[in-house]
Amino acid sequence: MHNFLFGIYPYISLSVLLVGSIARYERDPFTWKTSSSQLLRRKQLVIGSILFHLGVLVIFAGHLVGLLTPIQIFDALGVSHGAKQTLAVVAGGIAGVSALFGGGMLFHRRWTDPRIRKTSSFADIAILAMLLAQLVLGLGTIFVSLQHLDGHEMTKFMAWAQGIFTFQAGAADHIADVALVFKLHLFLGLTILLVFPFTRLVHMLSVPVRYFVRPGYQIVRSRRSAPRTPAE
Amino acid sequence: MKVRAQIGMVLNLDKCIGCHTCSVTCKNVWTSRDGVEYAWFNNVETKPGTGYPTDWENQKRWNGGWERTRSGKLQPKQGAKWRILANIFANPDLPEIDDYYEPFDFDHDHLKSAPEMKAFPTARPYSKITGERIEKIEKGPNWEEILGGEFAKRSQDYNFDGIQKDIYGEYENTFMMYLPRLCEHCLNPACAASCPSGAIYKREEDGIVLIDQEKCRGWRMCVSGCPYKKVYYNWSTGKSEKCTLCYPRIESGNPTVCSETCVGRIRYLGVMLYDADKISEAAAADQATDLYDAQLGVFLDPNDPEVIAAAKRDGVPQDWIKSAQESPIWKMAMEWKVAFPLHPEYRTLPMVWYIPPLSPIQNAAEAGAIASNNGMPDVRNLRIPLRYLANMLTAGDEAPVVTALERMLAMRSYMRIKSVEGVIDEGIAQRVGLTRRTIEDMYKIMALADYEDRFVIPTTHREQVEEAYDLKTGCGFTDTNGCSTGISKGSLFGGSKRPLKMPQEVL
Repeated sequence: MHNFLFGIYPYISLSVLLVGSIARYERDPFTWKTSSSQLLRRKQLVIGSILFHLGVLVIFAGHLVGLLTPIQIFDALGVSHGAKQTLAVVAGGIAGVSALFGGGMLFHRRWTDPRIRKTSSFADIAILAMLLAQLVLGLGTIFVSLQHLDGHEMTKFMAWAQGIFTFQAGAADHIADVALVFKLHLFLGLTILLVFPFTRLVHMLSVPVRYFVRPGYQIVRSRRSAPRTPAE
Repeated sequence: MKVRAQIGMVLNLDKCIGCHTCSVTCKNVWTSRDGVEYAWFNNVETKPGTGYPTDWENQKRWNGGWERTRSGKLQPKQGAKWRILANIFANPDLPEIDDYYEPFDFDHDHLKSAPEMKAFPTARPYSKITGERIEKIEKGPNWEEILGGEFAKRSQDYNFDGIQKDIYGEYENTFMMYLPRLCEHCLNPACAASCPSGAIYKREEDGIVLIDQEKCRGWRMCVSGCPYKKVYYNWSTGKSEKCTLCYPRIESGNPTVCSETCVGRIRYLGVMLYDADKISEAAAADQATDLYDAQLGVFLDPNDPEVIAAAKRDGVPQDWIKSAQESPIWKMAMEWKVAFPLHPEYRTLPMVWYIPPLSPIQNAAEAGAIASNNGMPDVRNLRIPLRYLANMLTAGDEAPVVTALERMLAMRSYMRIKSVEGVIDEGIAQRVGLTRRTIEDMYKIMALADYEDRFVIPTTHREQVEEAYDLKTGCGFTDTNGCSTGISKGSLFGGSKRPLKMPQEVL
């Protein structure tokens, strides 16, 4: 069971994430959106949304860098495992509290405001609840981490994540003996990746970076295929 | 010089009777769907009033349109690109639906399903969003109709800027006009500039501004970017929508639904040629009062041989050039100077123009109550204050509005003398800088307003850019994604895609 959940399930969820996102973008681009509800109710959204998004972005970047950077790079940079863990606990803790607080406001708004409640889909509510649960679990791991500040536990997760991404057969073994809260956090995280393409979360793949690089402000479209010849 | 063609519109406010036929026919065609019940691509406001959404003209509050920075550059008033992206999690300038109105319907079913009661059953209102009972409707799409509501509220109207407005609250001095509004299909659209996804674009061939529904991600910056508040966020689909200038009709040479159904025949559609290279300079004119003239400078004379040659070189079809030469918009905006852009100070270079309304004046003048000038009443004594019209149409510059109103008055007196007394008084025309021929032309187009004079719309030449054969199994216009071909060229599940030709971005 352990091997299925942490050795095989990651591949299932990552595959669904990848293929599902491509399929949705390809077959149904009309549904690819943020689903903002700010128009219907501004109250609670401004603070909630900013705290939530900033927190989640910091956490997301932290997990990405923290888990997937080979441990040798940290060693070469002279960052001790203990220091890395302390950084993760402090930065992740602050960002997690911010995201939890903001997300809590958003959930309260979505659940209690009749306008938002009525216009929410099941997926809208479910994914927000899952993210909140994940934040609680993530913050819960801090208390376990504080028991062993040498960073030893953390390197297990790095080995696991990097093992998954490098297709090593025994990746799940690295985390066989970690605390239950970590395993729940990992399982829920993988499940969030699994449902990602079927929820509004896809909007995070549409970060509008092109806005910065597109020339000027205006966009003109033409049906003529050949670009117009420049003026003589 | 880069010549482009644009379908422009003029509304003759002097003839608008405020019947809302344009709004209702537009609503039935375009926005009778979930999520946009509150949205009116075309609405008619009673002025003075704060309009829909409330106080939309006040850009100190909404930060719509453009601003000129100290260095003379132009940027959206809600901020430069980085500023707009920084607001992406919560847009501080976005109106709430209550700034428009909470959409409602009435519980008609209760009228027939109610049990026997002492009181007669009534159809009570309920919210179209939540389905819950609304005890009191606080706002609607036309809340200030015919000066509804108290003057204290209506006089918050932005166009009262610089006017001692108190006397207009008195019964004897009150005034009123209608303002039908739709998307301006600007030459320098602030909505397109604010769109982080690049979903909003202006069409090269006819200037219509559209939102690509498959590319829109619902970042909702266009809603706050548009100073006219004519981009609407569909809360059901999560995409923004706006007036399309009925492009399927325009492409086939038909007027928009609002224009077609206008009972007062106040709407005109025609082609304007403009120089795309001059837009940024014109929109960045130093003073707000320069903007009206600056925009006139962007338009190109369709009878100028040089312009014709450049237009052909830039791919403007021959019949579009011919339409531009016969364009009622060109005549009213450029030749007679009786039509003006709505709020040029927003620096969007709007392309829906307005002929200011005359107001009760002649009867009073004839009764000796108003000073007259060579037999013509002084337009400064109009019931609608000149400054009010100027604030709306020329960023506060009264002189062009005076000329327009004088010309319209001259047309009236010229035609009255001609038809009542059978006398042709060339002097009337000369006094306002026109000729007899021009006045009669104005009369034909502005007063008689025959269908073919109002709408001079060339068809779009899609036959030059796509194979009609490829379209044979297409499914036309759909509400959502019914027959999407997607944007990408690849096909995940093998089936071959119809080679539909999507418009491409040009830089």
